[in-house]
Amino acid sequence: MNELIRKLTEAWGPSGYEHQVRRLIQEEVAGLVDEMRVDALGNLICRVGSGGKRVMVSAHMDEIGVMALFAEPESGYLRFEPIGGLLHSTLAGNRVRFEDGITGVIGVHDSFGVGRTSVPALRDFYIDVSDGAGAAVEAGSPAAFWREFETRGTRLIAKSLDDRIGCVVAIETLRALGRQAPNELHFVFSVQEEVGLRGARTAAYAIDPELGIALDVTATGDEPRNRKMAVTLGGGAAIKVHDSGLVVPPAIVAWMEGCAAQEGIPVQRELLDAGTTDAAVIQVARAGVPSGCISIPCRFLHTSSETCDIRDVQACVELLRQLLGRPIELDAA
Amino acid sequence: MNIDLLRRLSSARAISGQEDDARQIIIAAIEGQVEELRVDTLGNILASKPGSQGAGRPRVMVTAHMDEIGLVVRGITAEGLLRCYNVGGIDARILPGLRVAVGAEALPGVVLWKPIHLGREQKSVPLDKLHVDIGARDRAEAARLVRPGDMITFAEGFSQPGPGSVRGKALDNRAGCALLVELLQDAAWPCDLLVAFTCQEEIGLRGAQVAAQALQPDVAIVLETTPAHDLPDLSADADERAGGGPAFNPATRLGAGPALTVMDTRMITDPRLLAWLRAGARAAGIPLQLKSMRGGGTDGGAIHIAGSGVPTAVVAMPARYVHGPAALLRVSDYDHTLALLRSVLPDLSAATLARD
Repeated sequence: MNELIRKLTEAWGPSGYEHQVRRLIQEEVAGLVDEMRVDALGNLICRVGSGGKRVMVSAHMDEIGVMALFAEPESGYLRFEPIGGLLHSTLAGNRVRFEDGITGVIGVHDSFGVGRTSVPALRDFYIDVSDGAGAAVEAGSPAAFWREFETRGTRLIAKSLDDRIGCVVAIETLRALGRQAPNELHFVFSVQEEVGLRGARTAAYAIDPELGIALDVTATGDEPRNRKMAVTLGGGAAIKVHDSGLVVPPAIVAWMEGCAAQEGIPVQRELLDAGTTDAAVIQVARAGVPSGCISIPCRFLHTSSETCDIRDVQACVELLRQLLGRPIELDAA
Repeated sequence: MNIDLLRRLSSARAISGQEDDARQIIIAAIEGQVEELRVDTLGNILASKPGSQGAGRPRVMVTAHMDEIGLVVRGITAEGLLRCYNVGGIDARILPGLRVAVGAEALPGVVLWKPIHLGREQKSVPLDKLHVDIGARDRAEAARLVRPGDMITFAEGFSQPGPGSVRGKALDNRAGCALLVELLQDAAWPCDLLVAFTCQEEIGLRGAQVAAQALQPDVAIVLETTPAHDLPDLSADADERAGGGPAFNPATRLGAGPALTVMDTRMITDPRLLAWLRAGARAAGIPLQLKSMRGGGTDGGAIHIAGSGVPTAVVAMPARYVHGPAALLRVSDYDHTLALLRSVLPDLSAATLARD
């Protein structure tokens, strides 16, 4: 699985420009699905199985990044706007990569003065793409952060584990199902999650599912002086109960926890007070869709060194496979 | 540029939700040029213009919003002053002393302000403390003329400072409306055009959302008017900046042709449409610029996520001082935008939307 994780996390795909990631996933799932298509916004929608419930499973392909919209007339430094929720404290010295492979380094005003200890506003940052010979990156070019994938024991360290690791869970679940499922499953690899859950919204409208499940990373509570959360890295698949955009129907939580208990899969409950996932827009598609989320615990979210644990990833795959591979019975709440 | 059309549209008084005046002018101008002309529940004008070779081509929705920002009367004080608040994004700092027109009859009014003799230290009036004076002696007299809910618009009229520019209120987005009207007055297109003159853009892209849901297009092009601030940097630390600080970002520039949005707060433009528009402009020799700031959103923000999704692009004319009483627009930018649309729209095909 690590090679797939490396391939997907090192791929380039800021929101709105997910085509390289999509191509890799298309290659990966060919033969694992009955049908696949790319919709108007660029979501990759894969159908497998029949009968039972019509389920939408969503993992987003896009990653946070920057959009270089203005080049300083003389110096050529690029000024940029954020794609998704950037953490300003992680920017200076970080590297971004444009679609053609050109790497830029982010600098900040007065870096050894005010910029050293404070967290400057975004307008105080700039990107250096100079090559010493005058070549330039065109204004209007998006870029993604660049860092190689590494492992340390069971830990996985990479950029864009948010949410390529969710894509990995979806792909590995498809592999495990082997095109056999008593449900009509629509696996969506969605676009533009980081800028407002835009892809999942239109995919859910088209699929009109009876049940929605998002696969995404969630923060952990096991870092010093960070948000108080019960989720721990290595603590198992996180079953979402609540986040700032979704209240998971108790019947879905019970269904997931019941299955995990029966199969001996390690799980933990997740309540997240700042952030949400594709499930938040799936639930309000058309006349409404009961929706839940299986989360992969992740430290250092929205940095270039997001950190997950392979055991949690495996637990998520096993849980999703067990949930979708048998008839789905949800208790009326 | 059809100056007379733009003059009438700029002078029309139509804040968000009260777009009647603009709607009437537009309907009169396009009747007979389009099919299926209708006004929907929210007040959008919807129509279609079938193409001569429409079959198999994408159905393109072209939109421009009709509404303008303004104020609305919320009550009358004992002294006969109108209490009001803003409809859409309006800068409170520009309002004191400004001439306005109130209600359907366009009663002349002035935004309350203390003359310089009585207070040099005066700060701008916050929007929630804003009052308009129509010269009434007391509440009873004002109440005979004005009712809560009446719209208040800028009174400034349309003018031509020189042959190359026009100046007026509500050019955002009556210039877009004028452009779309001119486009519809053209003879038949090869492609099918779906048309929406939308309402309530300035208060949350509301008209465009239902227009897109109703028309269900394959592609959408939003015609807009977008801020240009291609002016010297007069801010306090400008001198310091001249010593090697960041260059001033104008967002767009007058005279540099239509501006394409790459990304704003509500939408990331479909890269296939960006490439198509840029190639089309290059081929036709039409100048083009990219908007270099993210701020704001357009009807595209609602249209591209309607239904199962619509690839959408925004083509905008740069104008200085938008959302004020006297926006300034270059005739050449208008003409280049019209020329670009006439040049590229007939070429829009399934191949434009192919993915590699």
